[in-house]
Amino acid sequence: MTGRVVSAAGFAPSRIAAMVLRQVYLMRASWPRIFELMYWPTIQMVLWGFMTRFLMTNSSYIAQASGVLISAVLLWDVLFRGQLGFSITFVEEIWSRNLPNLAVSPLRPSEFLLSLMTVSLIRTLIGVLPAACLAIVFYQASVFDLGLPLLAFFVVLIVMGWAIGMAVIALILRVGLGAENVAWLAIFLIAPVSAIYYPVSVLPGWLQAVAWCLPTAPVFEGMRAVLIKGVFRTDLLIHAVLLDVLYLTIGAGLFLYSYHVARRRGLLLQIGE
Amino acid sequence: MFTPMTEPSTTSTADRIVEVTGLCKEFAGKRVVDDVAFTVLRGQTVALLGANGAGKTTTIAMLLGLLLPTAGSVRVLGEDMVRHRHRVLGRINFSSPYVDLPRRLTVAQNLLFFARLYGVPMPKARIAELAAELDLSPLLRQRIGQLSAGQKTRASLAKALINRPELLLLDEPTASLDPDTADWVRGYLEVYQRRAGAAILLASHNMAEVERLAAQVLMMRRGRIVDRGPPAELIRRYRPRDRRRRPGCPHPG
Repeated sequence: MTGRVVSAAGFAPSRIAAMVLRQVYLMRASWPRIFELMYWPTIQMVLWGFMTRFLMTNSSYIAQASGVLISAVLLWDVLFRGQLGFSITFVEEIWSRNLPNLAVSPLRPSEFLLSLMTVSLIRTLIGVLPAACLAIVFYQASVFDLGLPLLAFFVVLIVMGWAIGMAVIALILRVGLGAENVAWLAIFLIAPVSAIYYPVSVLPGWLQAVAWCLPTAPVFEGMRAVLIKGVFRTDLLIHAVLLDVLYLTIGAGLFLYSYHVARRRGLLLQIGE
Repeated sequence: MFTPMTEPSTTSTADRIVEVTGLCKEFAGKRVVDDVAFTVLRGQTVALLGANGAGKTTTIAMLLGLLLPTAGSVRVLGEDMVRHRHRVLGRINFSSPYVDLPRRLTVAQNLLFFARLYGVPMPKARIAELAAELDLSPLLRQRIGQLSAGQKTRASLAKALINRPELLLLDEPTASLDPDTADWVRGYLEVYQRRAGAAILLASHNMAEVERLAAQVLMMRRGRIVDRGPPAELIRRYRPRDRRRRPGCPHPG
């Protein structure tokens, strides 16, 4: 019969594009969704902008670099939005009871993960870019002052967000939607040891060791080195990238294992019920 | 009582769309599908008939590779569905009332999404063709969440046919539909099956539906195939005593 689909084997970017298209349709159909993506990063930026103004006259540390707090807020949001965008896009397939349709389509798990990464990147940019631009207008503080290292920090943080997102999805596949709140909360577990607003040296000795096991701490230390001392620490970046690779591998492994277990237990059909 | 389903010895491997042998599935030590074996040939409609909990949906899930068997093998279009399902998933499709299309997308957006996912050539032309056949044209701009049950079923059917599947798996294709809509859906499936030469495997507990659509029926109870044959033969076999002796078995009339 003419027009029949002949083969769906192999990796296909067109299937990833289809998954992204489905999310674009969803966002386009609802302006509150777009608004919600921009809302929290902007509110956070406004709050920390005022805090920066106050501390500029009361703290010699902040006075060295006025953009350090706002840059920290925006970079933290890259991690948070990256992870949330990844996890929630998957959870939306469960909410809409569409997961079995995807699981019986030619979409491969690796393509599914890549589509989640792409959607997460789009959602993160929609959320963080307007806040970054408004920070320049309101407070004359630009995260773009970081220059090229900003791109490196952005990549390391969003990849870490994806790694955590994969672990969250793995948990949801194992225990069901009862674990969906983890998608919102997981990232805050690492916030205290990520050295977002303060140096790692502030932490107790044993927590410093924990902090250096995460890619976030070297990124925020690296950000402060650029903004305060004008130095780009490649050692910190390499440290962060290596940890990123490790966590991404663990995340992907957990996802694939949970997907296999879900197929064994029949959870792909039941998970939305 | 038991009549093995056989096909002519001349049937080529290429015509065996589904080959299931010794299929078993256990959950927590309880066997829900037990030593199921059957074949579906190209152009044939086969029905899994049984009451709720008979193992029909579990069998279909294993055919799709959604569920891994405890034992046995499933080959679809010549491929092992445990190991190489992605080689054939683009050539089969599936519809179930227990699986929805994304509610916030319109019918057209849903169909375009799935057309691209399945790599359908000229997707917009295919959607227009299906919309005309399934009377979906006036609904294309409506969101799935705004449709009635019958309209949703037609939209799901359009999704299931978007890639012109060589094997169509349908779980309770007319569940929760009014009699007229159910009849319309059955009529459409008959036409599609004849025209496309596709194989259809459907799960149902409705003997009238099975009688109309299927050439062969596999009667399932407690995970096992307890009988099989053409619908008319099963009706002849069970009608007089079914009500008296087999209350757990679906009424075949």
